[in-house]
Amino acid sequence: MFSKLPIQAVRGAASAIRTHQIPGHRLPLAKYGGRHTVCALPGDGIGPEMIAHIRNIFSFCHAPVNFEEVQVSSSLLDGDMDAAMLAIERNGVAIKGNIETKHDDPQFNSRNVELRTKLDLYANILHCVTIPTVPTRHSGIDIVLIRENTEGEYSGLEHEAVPGIVESIKIVTREKIERISRMAFEYAKANGRKKVTAVHKANIQKLGDGLFLKVVRDMSEDYKDIKFEAMIVDNASMQLVSKPQQFDVMVMPNLYGNIISNIACGLVGGPGLVSGMNLGDKYAVFETGTRNTGTSLAGKDIANPTAFIRASVDMLRYLGCHYHANIISDALWKALVEQRIHTADIGGNNSASDVINATLQNIKVLMDENPKH
Amino acid sequence: MLSRTVSSLSRVAPQTLGAVNAASSRQYSITAPRPPTELNQKLKVTIIPGDGVGPELIYTVQDIVKQTGIPIEFEEIFLSEVHYTRSSSIENAVESIGRNNNVALKGAIEESAVLHTEGELQGLNMRLRRSLDLFANVVHIKTLDGIKTRHGKQLDFVIVREQTEGEYSSLEHELVPGVIECLKISTRTKAERIAKFAFDYATKTGRKKVTAVHKANIMKLGDGLFLRTCEGVAKQYPKIQFESMIIDNTCMQLVSKPEQFDVMVMPNLYGNIIDNLAAGLVGGAGVVPGQSVGRDFVIFEPGSRHSFQEAMGRSIANPTAMILCAANMLNHLHLDAWGNSLRQAVADVVKEGKVRTRDLGGYATTVDFADAVIDKFRI
Repeated sequence: MFSKLPIQAVRGAASAIRTHQIPGHRLPLAKYGGRHTVCALPGDGIGPEMIAHIRNIFSFCHAPVNFEEVQVSSSLLDGDMDAAMLAIERNGVAIKGNIETKHDDPQFNSRNVELRTKLDLYANILHCVTIPTVPTRHSGIDIVLIRENTEGEYSGLEHEAVPGIVESIKIVTREKIERISRMAFEYAKANGRKKVTAVHKANIQKLGDGLFLKVVRDMSEDYKDIKFEAMIVDNASMQLVSKPQQFDVMVMPNLYGNIISNIACGLVGGPGLVSGMNLGDKYAVFETGTRNTGTSLAGKDIANPTAFIRASVDMLRYLGCHYHANIISDALWKALVEQRIHTADIGGNNSASDVINATLQNIKVLMDENPKH
Repeated sequence: MLSRTVSSLSRVAPQTLGAVNAASSRQYSITAPRPPTELNQKLKVTIIPGDGVGPELIYTVQDIVKQTGIPIEFEEIFLSEVHYTRSSSIENAVESIGRNNNVALKGAIEESAVLHTEGELQGLNMRLRRSLDLFANVVHIKTLDGIKTRHGKQLDFVIVREQTEGEYSSLEHELVPGVIECLKISTRTKAERIAKFAFDYATKTGRKKVTAVHKANIMKLGDGLFLRTCEGVAKQYPKIQFESMIIDNTCMQLVSKPEQFDVMVMPNLYGNIIDNLAAGLVGGAGVVPGQSVGRDFVIFEPGSRHSFQEAMGRSIANPTAMILCAANMLNHLHLDAWGNSLRQAVADVVKEGKVRTRDLGGYATTVDFADAVIDKFRI
């Protein structure tokens, strides 16, 4: 599969954390002279320092990317959010730290949800894979989680019908289920995956989740080479923590996806390791898998930069910069696995800068070994 | 280079860390300082010397690169219409640029007025632009201290020109003897693309205003489309002011109050005229750098594309524009430190005014100027 890419996957299992092929073809919106412009939204918490690390790595390995930085945080006014949205619409691609959501204020919509719905980023894709030297309960996990990102429980339609009775409306539409399941099967096909598992609760929500299950099952008829199975969400959670190796690609509605992806991230070593892509038909936003702000870690140089680096690799893959994507991904793998540069969250005592410096050094070695032409 | 950087990083990191811990708030620190962007590897670029003084200017740049240790390497492709027997093919040039970081540095290619191939109305320049799809031409008009101008004002503006359609469609025919039709083609896709480019360029370089230049009062459909498209694109950029100006008025404003402009965007032929007019405001063809940008490729070339055939071999041409092109190229390749140093060296030489080529009233040769730049170069 990777033989088409500039660097062959030969160095051990380093290709395990390389970003997969992303299905579909999109025209770059702001690419001039071979360089892409991408929007960087640092967000709150550790976001700003992580974006700085990414810029560091990119300029070091000559990745053909320019950044347009736009600050969005929970404390800003609505106008700034619009500015960020416009910036993403102009550039088509963004890399973003998470924005804190204030739980208690009902007037305050989550900025993150707003961003996803307004830009119609319908697919959230996480790739959870165990990294050999990171201590985990299970080994050999390699799961792709694909989550519907724009409807379902996240419709934001809640009201108090009479005092003491609250209705939250979960909305499912055939059109949106069709495109997420199409994405799941296309992703599986593009990357030679064997099985797609649909996670649902159709035994209780017979109409809503029933529709989801039916549409995905119908879609599976078009992909004869890929095995299809369905699993109820409670059982799926149990199976995940007991026998996670059985899963390959999972496709889920919004809320289940949220929960299941956090479980899966936990299984492979926590929030610092997994990146997430949010894809739509026109735009793409790259961020960490579990979307934590990590406010308590900010400014201490201890937060694990792996998730952000992998998010930047996802972005390079999306932009078609396969050479740089592979170099950075393999350099990171080397730092984590061969040199065992681990931050505190995965049982080491290195700082974030140590990981970055080791990665930079590995990039240099890899680029010398595999010059671009 | 790298080992030095990394060791210095590990020295710096703990100190910064302590400082941040002391200040308790939610401030963040960038603990790993940005390393110099260059690796040990040199970056390769294509050079297309062109005709007239082009080769001399390109070799001047090569000389400077060699003497100052700028980490780039060159691959030469000769393209010429005048010496078409020695010329390499467009396909070769395209392939070479694709191989070399999608970047080329180019001298002017003389458009021959005689047709070599029957029915081929497109010149070599245009075919190269078409095959690389270099839709935008960017010329940066900036006064250099030390060059005397008529208006004596500090100018700093950018001209963005569409260069793949409009009057340059090469669709001309003789309808009946004595009546010729030239077709000017305008399409929404290309107007959108150039407008978006202009606004993106303004965003990237921190500029405040974009002026669309048109003649929509006469060509209500053709230029009207261009103007309306620009207005539409402007809505996506609320932080950048948008205004439009008719081409004849623009010319007058340029020669009377040129300081009012920031970024200008215009269709093909107007761009050609305005480029040259504006170059004249700051010292002529020898000092204004430009670039042709497409989605995938970029060619750096002097802003007004004259081959200056009569000066060929006499070493009197002013290499400032070409050296500034090279500096812009270094910035494009993210070799910012080198690019800025080179630009500074040129600025210093011009400001000092001891080494001046003929166009600026001196007697120095192209080589003298290059040597002066090498002397001033500091990194």
